[in-house]
Amino acid sequence: MMNNGNGKKGPQLTLWEKLYFPEIIHGMSITFKALFRPKFTRQYPEERWVPPPVFRGRPVLVVEDETNVERCVACGLCARVCPSLAIQVQAAETELDKERYPELFEINMLRCIFCGFCEEVCPEEAIIMSKDYEMTFSNSKDAVFGKDKLLTPASQLKDRLEFLKQYR
Amino acid sequence: MIVLVPLIKVIVVVLIVLGIVSYLVLAERKISAYMQDRIGPNRVGPKGLFQPFADIIKLVLKEMIVPENANGFIHALAPMISITVAVGALAVIPFGNYIVIGGQKISLIVANVNIGVLYILAMSSLGVYGITLSGWSSNNKYSLLGGLRSSAQMISYELSLGLSLVGVLMIDGTLQLDKITMAQSAGLWNIVYQPLGFLIFVTAAFAETNRLPFDLPEAEPELVGGYHTEYSGMRWGLFFLSEYTNMIVSSALMVALYFGGWSLPFINYAAMAPNLAALLQVVTFFAKIGVLIFVFMWVRWTLPRFRYDQLMNVGWKIMLPLAILNLLGTGAVLLAVK
Repeated sequence: MMNNGNGKKGPQLTLWEKLYFPEIIHGMSITFKALFRPKFTRQYPEERWVPPPVFRGRPVLVVEDETNVERCVACGLCARVCPSLAIQVQAAETELDKERYPELFEINMLRCIFCGFCEEVCPEEAIIMSKDYEMTFSNSKDAVFGKDKLLTPASQLKDRLEFLKQYR
Repeated sequence: MIVLVPLIKVIVVVLIVLGIVSYLVLAERKISAYMQDRIGPNRVGPKGLFQPFADIIKLVLKEMIVPENANGFIHALAPMISITVAVGALAVIPFGNYIVIGGQKISLIVANVNIGVLYILAMSSLGVYGITLSGWSSNNKYSLLGGLRSSAQMISYELSLGLSLVGVLMIDGTLQLDKITMAQSAGLWNIVYQPLGFLIFVTAAFAETNRLPFDLPEAEPELVGGYHTEYSGMRWGLFFLSEYTNMIVSSALMVALYFGGWSLPFINYAAMAPNLAALLQVVTFFAKIGVLIFVFMWVRWTLPRFRYDQLMNVGWKIMLPLAILNLLGTGAVLLAVK
């Protein structure tokens, strides 16, 4: 019996296993079969992963399709609950029924931790998590997403809105 | 003419083999990927077929760093020794029988010396110098350990390698590789007579080429990169090329000694036009090499690495006695038959 380094005896091998070669051939048969197994590689830039509705991607502001107005009433709850202080909201008055709207709405994507608290706390279902997981920026200024990048029509967010209706 | 023909043969063989080697690297990456449920390189050119060119351009353009306090001369010399020895061993490999150009027979061996097998053994022994010197000259403890391991490993496995070959040499009674091939094309392949010798030879060949499961000289988890830790750029590339060239040489040796070389059963080359026959022989020879190299890669991506004491135990306590046993058995049978 060979010493396996820690003074204990290794597992007892049968003579067949001690011959090395039968077991090596067994191992090789396994790797040979592996040659023909389906491959898991995703060819990324061409083939992109579409996440399921549970996925918490980049938070976005929902815009109603009919009126083309964002749902947000600038209550500031999201900014309040945000654990990483990524959200900044500045309210202003409007003639519309909702009376208030966000004059400025910024999410610093370098700070955002995708926890989804903003979505959870929002009374208007105005900020929700999208499926977008591809964010690149080359400096910290570009990482602050303003309203231009955040506003998204509700028709593009159907999956998540449906999901929220069912599970929230 | 006497100088020119061997010169052309040398150039052709070196170019072909180095071309094959660069594609072997791609093949290995592809095979390993497929065994791990991946796809492997597929971006450079159609299906990744131009990957070797990208690799080589990258290696050539990279800076060759020589560590401080390293012995610069030996550091530069070591990879050259490795590649020279690896390519040099190709000189006695019979790639085919002969071709006829302008009514002249030209044999498809660069140098048909009468001690071919001995020459290859000598060359593969010299290969240790490249690795050991590179480990020693790098001024790095991991490199040194890798170099020492490889010298110990190669010296212990060379014994069983040489002894396992003697069985074949006793059967065919010659050291000339093309005569051994001829003898096999007339009768049965030597693997039928020498299955045990073949197994010992394969195992020792794995150790000689530093391939898994015997790649202790470059065991990444323990030794960083082993003897080539301090190498970069084309100097590292030369070690890489010599590893794959060594694989070709040992596969070619196995084909020539045990698998009938360029011959195929039930095919009579003598009945064909000599040049067509030569072409077929070369294709056959390389196809057989290809299969064996696939086995090399297959084993590498299947088996884990041996521990150092296990390596030495297998080499001295199992392989060497078995090789001697094989030798005695072969001798006894030959004595009884003749």
